[in-house]
Amino acid sequence: MGVVSEREGGVRDFGASPRCNPSGECRANPHRPGFAGPPPPRGGKRTRGGADVSRLPETTNPIPPGSMTLTLLAVQILNGLQFGVILFLVAAGLTLVFGVMDFVNLAHGVQYMIGAYLTATAVAATGSFGLGLVGGLAGALALGFLLEVLLFRHLTRRDHLEQVLATFGVMLVATDLVKMIWGPAPLALPMPAMLSGSIRLMEGLSYPVWRLAIIAAGLAVAFLLWFLITQTRTGMLLRAGSTNPTMVSALGVDIDRVFLFVFAFGAMLAGFSGAMAGPILSVEPNMGDTVLILAFVVIVIGGIGSVRGALVASLIVGLVDTLGRAFATDLLKLVMDRSAAAQAGPAIASMSIYLLMAAVLIFKPTGLFTGERAWTRTS
Amino acid sequence: MVHSTRMAALAAALLATTAVASADPVKIGFLSTLSGPSAALGVHMRDGFQLAVKELGGKLGGQPTEVIVVDDELKPDVAVTKVKALLERDKVDVVAGVVFSNVMMAISKPVFEAETFLVSGNAGPSPLAGAGCSPYFFSASYQNDQNHETMGAYAQSKGFRRVVLMTPNYQAGKDSMAGFKRAYKGEVVDEIFTPLGQLDFSAELTKIAAAQPDAVFTFMPGGMGVNLVKQWTQAGLGAKIPFLSAFTVDETTLPATQDAAVGLLSGAEWAPNLDTAENKAFVAAYEKEYGVVPSLYAAQGYDAAKLIDGALKATGGKVSDKDAFRKALLAAPFKSVRGGFSFSPNGFPKQDFYVVKAVKRTDGKYATEIVSKVFDKAGDAYGSACPLK
Repeated sequence: MGVVSEREGGVRDFGASPRCNPSGECRANPHRPGFAGPPPPRGGKRTRGGADVSRLPETTNPIPPGSMTLTLLAVQILNGLQFGVILFLVAAGLTLVFGVMDFVNLAHGVQYMIGAYLTATAVAATGSFGLGLVGGLAGALALGFLLEVLLFRHLTRRDHLEQVLATFGVMLVATDLVKMIWGPAPLALPMPAMLSGSIRLMEGLSYPVWRLAIIAAGLAVAFLLWFLITQTRTGMLLRAGSTNPTMVSALGVDIDRVFLFVFAFGAMLAGFSGAMAGPILSVEPNMGDTVLILAFVVIVIGGIGSVRGALVASLIVGLVDTLGRAFATDLLKLVMDRSAAAQAGPAIASMSIYLLMAAVLIFKPTGLFTGERAWTRTS
Repeated sequence: MVHSTRMAALAAALLATTAVASADPVKIGFLSTLSGPSAALGVHMRDGFQLAVKELGGKLGGQPTEVIVVDDELKPDVAVTKVKALLERDKVDVVAGVVFSNVMMAISKPVFEAETFLVSGNAGPSPLAGAGCSPYFFSASYQNDQNHETMGAYAQSKGFRRVVLMTPNYQAGKDSMAGFKRAYKGEVVDEIFTPLGQLDFSAELTKIAAAQPDAVFTFMPGGMGVNLVKQWTQAGLGAKIPFLSAFTVDETTLPATQDAAVGLLSGAEWAPNLDTAENKAFVAAYEKEYGVVPSLYAAQGYDAAKLIDGALKATGGKVSDKDAFRKALLAAPFKSVRGGFSFSPNGFPKQDFYVVKAVKRTDGKYATEIVSKVFDKAGDAYGSACPLK
């Protein structure tokens, strides 16, 4: 089992140098005569030998250790918040349908997945992310109408178990249909060129502008939902319909029609979050499953049916999950030995949000935001 | 008159049965993961196998061949039930395929007990290479640790002194780190374990950026790898820290990651541009047939079929003499798309390993390309514990 050394082979070896960039601009050997590479960006980093990439220059970290930790903490908090916003985008539609119509929709993850697929296909067809997004949203909305009229309409008056069974069936069928149409391999959904830049957060780490766009979209959706539910006539009907549908229809309002639009809107929200997550996550037939579980954790913590609860709970879940993964192992190293901490840290980090959910269920079984008037839920 | 017609019919029927019996089709039970999140790997492996059978005119070893493809659903219990049906009902001569090691470990026992040959198209778990080796097991792929060792040896030879390792928090992830560290002697700054199916890697990427290692080694199969690669490049780390991986950047994920993966490195025993005549023909035929660039899983599936074909030719199409068929398989009587390919006594191959890099080809498709050879005709690390000679 001889190791073929390739320190000598600088010309062929263009993959591993830290100076390589993704477009392969590292093929030239800096030692070769006539090499005219770009000028050194910082502190003589580029003047090192071709194979000697082993040590990063000390000048790369001008920040003192104390503030470095603070920067790190700040960056991790930002990471947690933006993960929370992604979760909110998924959970908002779910909790809306759950809260307003008392309908458990396991097919929500599928709507998220199909939104991403339709957008990816439309983006590939039109060559523009904006047009693709419009196409994807239209498709997700149409799918929402279709599902409501064909299936869910007949389930709204039934109990939760039947809803779970039927929507679980939709989930299985839709996942396999998508696999038949698009194949099992993940798809590409490139982000729009305009938002593909990044901001430097700390030494060696950039923050993609697209993630800022996700945060903006999440906050916009939260505001839109707040406005719709509390400030418009439709929202009033929604709130009334969720409390007493019989009375609302006796007053001459077609409550089924209201529910149809709520459901389709929820489906479009799910599709929107799929489209927004597509450029940073893998677009594949099972992408909805993991997200659906997290979305349910969020709405259980936030209080079922409360959009405000969903917003707060998704931010908490995002923070707890991210900070757990970032610091659990290091914190445990303070109280136990290194190898035990390395074992326990990841386990605790992956359990943290479920522990949080269990705690909420023990101390406030209806969720954080059901005691007060929380946008939709009144009881 | 009626009597003689009846006799003739009987004779014809008898003749027909003997005609079928003399043709004696070879039955291959092909087990692959065709549903669930990892189906893409199983589809590649199956398509590679089927392509070879098709090229051989539907025959292996000159015998008419029936390939029964079953989906193991990545569930060991389901796989065992289906394999037992293949063995007892269909009476297959050879079981082939299997993407995942947990499935392989579950089915190996019933297959070996039935004294049936098992030709792996991907999974190569260490227990089957060491003391638990079997005369019925042959791998057309690799031993699991080897691709990780390849990257460890590469990191060592490049003089990377500080490396961060990151894998999912399950057995294969821990094995991956162990394989890497077997060949890498530098400092492992941090070992990051992530939950299976993780979506957002920003917490880990921030940790890595803060640790400023010379390189990162990771094993993130399937969709997790797609998430990681996209976010890695978007965080601007692609240009700064060498990204070493195994089973993360390959032709099953490249259509999804595209430019984000270009330049990232991986350890493999094969790449589409490997320069052998057999490989050129295989890659061209595969792309023509399925419209996508083959991955290493496809190449291994293709080689598995060619291996069975060669061994059947050597025994005149018979599997019944187990000893003769084993000897025939052990001689590896086929031309691998990988070039040099021979077996250790434990049924695992001795072959070259390479560092490969993701590139965008001139035709716009994404593929891996060989950067350099790391191991030369390397056997696995467990063979010495195997009593087979």
